[in-house]
Amino acid sequence: MTIDVHRHGLEDEEDDKGGASDENSAQLWTYVLGLALATVLTVASFWVAKTHLIYDPGIPMALATLAVAQMGIHLVFFLHLTTAPDNTNNILALAFGLLIVGLVIFGSVWIMAHLNHNLMPMQQLMQMQR
Amino acid sequence: MSSADATIPIADPYRLGHRGPNLARGHGGGGPASKRVIVGYGFWLFLLSDIVIFACLFATYAVLANATAGGPRAKDIFELDRVAWETACLLASSFFCGLATIAVARRNQILTQAALIATGLTGLAFIVLEASEFAALHAQGYGPTRSAFLTGFFTLVGCHGVHVTAGLLWLGTMMAQFFAKGFRPDIGRRFLCFSMFWHFLDVVWVAIFSLVYLVGTRL
Repeated sequence: MTIDVHRHGLEDEEDDKGGASDENSAQLWTYVLGLALATVLTVASFWVAKTHLIYDPGIPMALATLAVAQMGIHLVFFLHLTTAPDNTNNILALAFGLLIVGLVIFGSVWIMAHLNHNLMPMQQLMQMQR
Repeated sequence: MSSADATIPIADPYRLGHRGPNLARGHGGGGPASKRVIVGYGFWLFLLSDIVIFACLFATYAVLANATAGGPRAKDIFELDRVAWETACLLASSFFCGLATIAVARRNQILTQAALIATGLTGLAFIVLEASEFAALHAQGYGPTRSAFLTGFFTLVGCHGVHVTAGLLWLGTMMAQFFAKGFRPDIGRRFLCFSMFWHFLDVVWVAIFSLVYLVGTRL
């Protein structure tokens, strides 16, 4: 337990200097790997958009999947979102944010599609009023 | 041993959900979280609220995407070559920002300034490409007033462009602060916020180029 206290003391000093310097070597390959994975997924997205090898109605879903994958890559490798204890709050906030985003986007599209479907075209409406 | 036990309040005596021997800071076990973690968390909350704003704009665009009012459709006006260059610029910019983070952690002034200049130039190239696209559309008479689809498109993509422009101004002030004030802890925390903002803008662009441009050319 005494060792723990000592270690946290050291961390405090590092925090006061403004950064964790012991992760330097790990960070460079993290960014390089993130760049490589993001590039691969970007090229894949553009290929999917141009190709005719894929069943056409499936292409938007394929692009959405690739986009979600690449956003995950960015969150992990560039924004350093991890499962470490000091990241628990960030993950929970992200989960809540994603809930709101899902409600806003899918709710809007769903409701507006129904309204569009139920709305009578203006010409028909005017003929009925005659 | 007993004095150390007395200084650490143990909220979770059976260590449920904790791997390893160390107590986690900021969870009542290992003392309060460091200022850096707290500042990062606060800015993360701001970024999530910004994501909600972008979600509203994405929802607006998705609803209005087919409301072309006899004007051009998405596949008529989107140029994928330009979008590919914009994507490459912003991805490279995000990577250079990561290099700047490493340089700041090593307190290397020259590397920091060089990485930040590279970040800024690639970001500026992105803005120039986007501005040229908007100018070309406007010159063809396809401005935001042409149809609801174009209104939604210009609002969504333009909002992202305004964010990147603001980020470039922030980048300039960060370079000046590192130059004039050195690697002070508070400047380091400001740079942490800037790097989060910059990476976040790239995440939003991933959604834009995939779901607006690439899907738009295939609908």
